[in-house]
Amino acid sequence: MKRTRGSPRRAMESTSPAAPAVAKPRAASRDSMPWLGIENYLIHHLRALFASLGSLLRTPFASLMTAVVIGVALALPSGFHALLLSVQSLASGWEGEVAQVSLFLKPDIKADTARNLAWRLRSMDDVAGVRYISPQQALEEFQRSSGLSDALAYLDDNPLPAVLVVKPAEGFARPEVMRDLVKRLQALPEVESTQLDWAWLERLHALVALADRAMAWVGVVLAVAVLFIVGNTIRLAIENRREEIIITKLVGATDAFIRRPFIYGGIWYGLTGGLIALIIVDGVLWGMSGPVARLAALYKSDFQLAMIGAGETLLILVVGAFLGWLGAWVAVGRHLRHIEPG
Amino acid sequence: MIQLHNVGKRYPAGHEALHEVSFGVERGEMVFITGHSGAGKSTLLKLLGVIERPSVGELIVNDRNLGRLSKRQIPYHRRTLGMIYQDFRLLADRTIFDNVALPLVIAGHYDHQEIRRRARAALDKVGLLGKEKLHPLELSGGEQQRVGIARAVVHKPVLLLADEPTGNLDPTLAGEIMALFEAFNRVGVTVLIASHNVELIAHMQRRVLVLKNGSLLSDSRGTRG
Repeated sequence: MKRTRGSPRRAMESTSPAAPAVAKPRAASRDSMPWLGIENYLIHHLRALFASLGSLLRTPFASLMTAVVIGVALALPSGFHALLLSVQSLASGWEGEVAQVSLFLKPDIKADTARNLAWRLRSMDDVAGVRYISPQQALEEFQRSSGLSDALAYLDDNPLPAVLVVKPAEGFARPEVMRDLVKRLQALPEVESTQLDWAWLERLHALVALADRAMAWVGVVLAVAVLFIVGNTIRLAIENRREEIIITKLVGATDAFIRRPFIYGGIWYGLTGGLIALIIVDGVLWGMSGPVARLAALYKSDFQLAMIGAGETLLILVVGAFLGWLGAWVAVGRHLRHIEPG
Repeated sequence: MIQLHNVGKRYPAGHEALHEVSFGVERGEMVFITGHSGAGKSTLLKLLGVIERPSVGELIVNDRNLGRLSKRQIPYHRRTLGMIYQDFRLLADRTIFDNVALPLVIAGHYDHQEIRRRARAALDKVGLLGKEKLHPLELSGGEQQRVGIARAVVHKPVLLLADEPTGNLDPTLAGEIMALFEAFNRVGVTVLIASHNVELIAHMQRRVLVLKNGSLLSDSRGTRG
């Protein structure tokens, strides 16, 4: 048969395919230069990283929709967490007030000894402050608050003992820790009896613990939701590119090569979702801060909403990226295996 | 290059696509496989590309026993082959250049200059230099098949497997495609072409394997080897 095309022949001879010796020299050069393999690996990954970003940007609206849904799912526990932190700071303020222990000193304790004891207690780690109330001060206070000043005037001497009001250090105002502190205070030789509003302290503590637990569960449920959202998005992406996956497998792509862009796609979704969550939470907190400050002012409180800090910002982004990665990984593991040429 | 010993393929449904097929192909040969549709031509090529696994028998390609190939090793085996299909199997949303460069990218070539040089050389061989930026659907059928061939040879495979490569083309284009295969064969590439186009095969005067109902009916040497 006569050759009708000149160009194929010319090109072939100039590049000399030398076909049989394909795989071996490359393997040998990789052995002698191990860094080449690592560099190759990194470049494969970088390529997949940017290729996956590119493919998300090719359908910006659809990608953004998914990211927004993830963002809302991440914003709910994050925002709840931020609110809870604010409430907790408020509550620990209350706890500080509620958890005060009153030490009624023995009647024969002199003022000097009482002051000395107060000074000793102040140096304890779990004590934030001690207020000394002399019998005289206690009497005046009682007269003012009880309205029995006339009756009290008939008493020959002051029946009230000296009192030390001990305020626990921040973080120690929990019932189980307080029990230990109160036991130690009770054991002091100068102390006659102690008093603490246990019921109040326990109720407040249980409320905070409940809110904490509720937030943890909401967080878990929404994290699972994010996994499913990313997993389903990646599953659709895999289905849409079924033909492409088959063709790349036919020309010798490894499973890892095919998996990579989808995994990175998941990470991008999660990361963008985290970013959107931050925007939502910061926006909502910022929008609420004015009214909250006005309300606090009406209650003569300096309470203010805690904003999202740098550590929390990083955490939301990392959690988003991690959930995206995990969701994609599960989807890819389940769906890519079934796509084989045949 | 290729050795088959009593290879059989039975599908789960019970259909026997190949039955005790044995033959060998030397390095540098150009061989046609023919037979009616359903005779087992496609199945045979699928076994060689490990797209399907044989039910019985032994297949050795390029000193590799395909029966012992693990799932992980399949991609590396496919990289030593160039496969060409009747329906071209091009990526419609990628440019011609990206389609042809795909095997190089997959095999881990990362030097852009090198990829560019080799993809352009492959396109030059099939006479499509200058169409790199177009997409497959902007080309004619014959041109698309030549893109498929460029993709199959860009990584310098030892063996070309073509399944009805001219099935969708008119006789003139088919002749051009065959000329390309002959040109690759001339520089040492082993070529195996499945085709039911009896006229075209007769014209090529090469070795012809005839399959019928999954069995090898005849193996005739052509005048040109």
